[in-house]
Amino acid sequence: MSNKVIHAIYDDDDVLLHAVKDVKAANHHIEEVFTPFPVHGLDKAMGLAPTRIAIASFMFGCLGLSVAIWLTNYIMIEDWPQNIGGKPSFSYLENVPAFVPVLFEMTIFFAAHLMVITFYLRSRLWPFKKAENPMPTTTDDKFLMEVAVGDNEKKLVTLLKKTGAIEVIVQDKKGES
Amino acid sequence: MYQFSKNLKIVSLSLMVVGALALGIGFLSAPNTVEEAKAMVADAHGHGGHDTHDSHADDHADEHKAETHHAEDHKDHADDHYDTHDNDYGNDESHDAHDAHGGGHGDSHDKHLLHQLQNRPWAATYVAALFFMMIALGALAFYAIQRAAQAGWSILLFRVMEGITAYLLPGSIIVFVLLVLSGLHLNHLFVWMDAEVVAHDEIIRNKESYLNVPFFLARALFYIVGWNLYRFYSRKFSLAQDNGSGVGYHKKNFRLAAGFLVFYIVTESMMAWDWIMSVDPHWFSTLFGWYVFASMIVTAVTIIAMVTIYLKSKGLLEDVNDSHIHDLGKFMFGFSVFWTYLWFSQFMLIWYSNIPEEVTYFITRIEDYNLLFFGMVAMNFVLPLLILMNSDYKRNNWFIMIAGIIIIIGHYLDFYNMIMPATVGDQWSFGLSELGSVSLFAGLFIYVVFSALAKAPLKPKGDPLVKESEHFVY
Repeated sequence: MSNKVIHAIYDDDDVLLHAVKDVKAANHHIEEVFTPFPVHGLDKAMGLAPTRIAIASFMFGCLGLSVAIWLTNYIMIEDWPQNIGGKPSFSYLENVPAFVPVLFEMTIFFAAHLMVITFYLRSRLWPFKKAENPMPTTTDDKFLMEVAVGDNEKKLVTLLKKTGAIEVIVQDKKGES
Repeated sequence: MYQFSKNLKIVSLSLMVVGALALGIGFLSAPNTVEEAKAMVADAHGHGGHDTHDSHADDHADEHKAETHHAEDHKDHADDHYDTHDNDYGNDESHDAHDAHGGGHGDSHDKHLLHQLQNRPWAATYVAALFFMMIALGALAFYAIQRAAQAGWSILLFRVMEGITAYLLPGSIIVFVLLVLSGLHLNHLFVWMDAEVVAHDEIIRNKESYLNVPFFLARALFYIVGWNLYRFYSRKFSLAQDNGSGVGYHKKNFRLAAGFLVFYIVTESMMAWDWIMSVDPHWFSTLFGWYVFASMIVTAVTIIAMVTIYLKSKGLLEDVNDSHIHDLGKFMFGFSVFWTYLWFSQFMLIWYSNIPEEVTYFITRIEDYNLLFFGMVAMNFVLPLLILMNSDYKRNNWFIMIAGIIIIIGHYLDFYNMIMPATVGDQWSFGLSELGSVSLFAGLFIYVVFSALAKAPLKPKGDPLVKESEHFVY
């Protein structure tokens, strides 16, 4: 396999989606697609494995719920029982309706924040990281499909042109830096 | 084109016959005199048939139990017995709440018991009639939302929704007839209809300009006519669109739906006050209309999903793919959570403030309906939440069906919990009246819905957005 990649540039998400399907059908390996916004159905068309972030999110939510139960119990029942609104304050179960908003918010807080952090770690993103984006216009209005060049470069270029790419650039693959 | 299959017809007709018979026995076995009522309760206790009683009964004489244990348990806010008590005297013709505590209450209490037992078949019929009518009404609201939003994904399901809303006409007429019968004092479902109670009750007397039988029935008629007019015209335009070309009928339906939704959200809320909340005429909750709405829309979406899956299993609706089922599953999940949010908002504020005239509503339910009340929350929240949380499960017909059955039973129990405590008190159970009325209306519902489905092609081919629905992929 040569270490060349082809960058095919599109200016419409529908065209891109069809192009991805065509390229996949012709058995080429799509390395990555850069888009200015999430394109519906693109992950399925590219054949990406389904995300597991939902499972992580569920577990973070459970963690948040447990922490919140411990927290409300410790603060309001064990450490310093407080009489608010005349409610008996020595039993967790009898006070639980008052804690439900806390349990709910903490569940969401944990799920949301830890999910974002997980996503950053998994995507190797951190502050001040240099963008891996090969072409800045893909953050504006262009779509870029990066395809590995197999044996027949010319054929692939024609295929990409036929799928509606407005520009096809062949270039050396940058080393993983 | 769907044909109402013979088997399903037999199922629905036999459900109706069995239900009608059971309900008839339920009506006939209701006591006519105070002595009969007392004998029935004593008998039930002899067999230990009613465990909710046993837990409270302890050292109270059986027939005084309803009053005395309320008095006991309310000692936290004992200075206001009169108010905490409104569920007990609520149904009591002689309406002698203070006496009830004083001890000279034997007669009034026995009469109260008689009315509770006489109410049981009526209340069971009313709950089931209301429940199935609201499925059709919720489906109509969901349909109107799709029309008003000009949604693309749901076009292929329009005929299913129209089939379900066909039950609105018979369903709402039955509910109206039941309300008229209440107005004629054939039962004691609505305590404020009783002139003698009102005469002794200042709170109800202050509400009399709103809560009086003629105005009540006039309002009911107004709601029912409005809903059915929308259903009639939207169906008519929808069918006309199949043959016509262009977007004329689509636009008409859009405008009609937008107008209907405004009418609906007002009348639905008032309907919830009138037909459900007024059985507890002292109690009020400002979000009650929304709460009932959440309950009816989640049941309606569930029924839409189940009918769709049923028709697909017969090889019909071939363009409906699992993305459509997925979206219905999302609505089932979302509206279940929405219902819980409203249930909890209502519960927590009243629980926290602990104002006697408000909290009595939940105290009755927690004491006399404990398992049912909390079990219903588990069925309507915890189980749908866990079953439908996974994205793949929402595309699986089996999971949708299982969650759907749980949701439907759970929301029937929700309506049961709204009506029964005020009408039959602690004399509830699931006997012939309850099961029979559910069976009767389920049979009628199936019969009406599937006959309506058989009347028109299942694909609204003239709709300008039908292509979008066919290609709908999530």
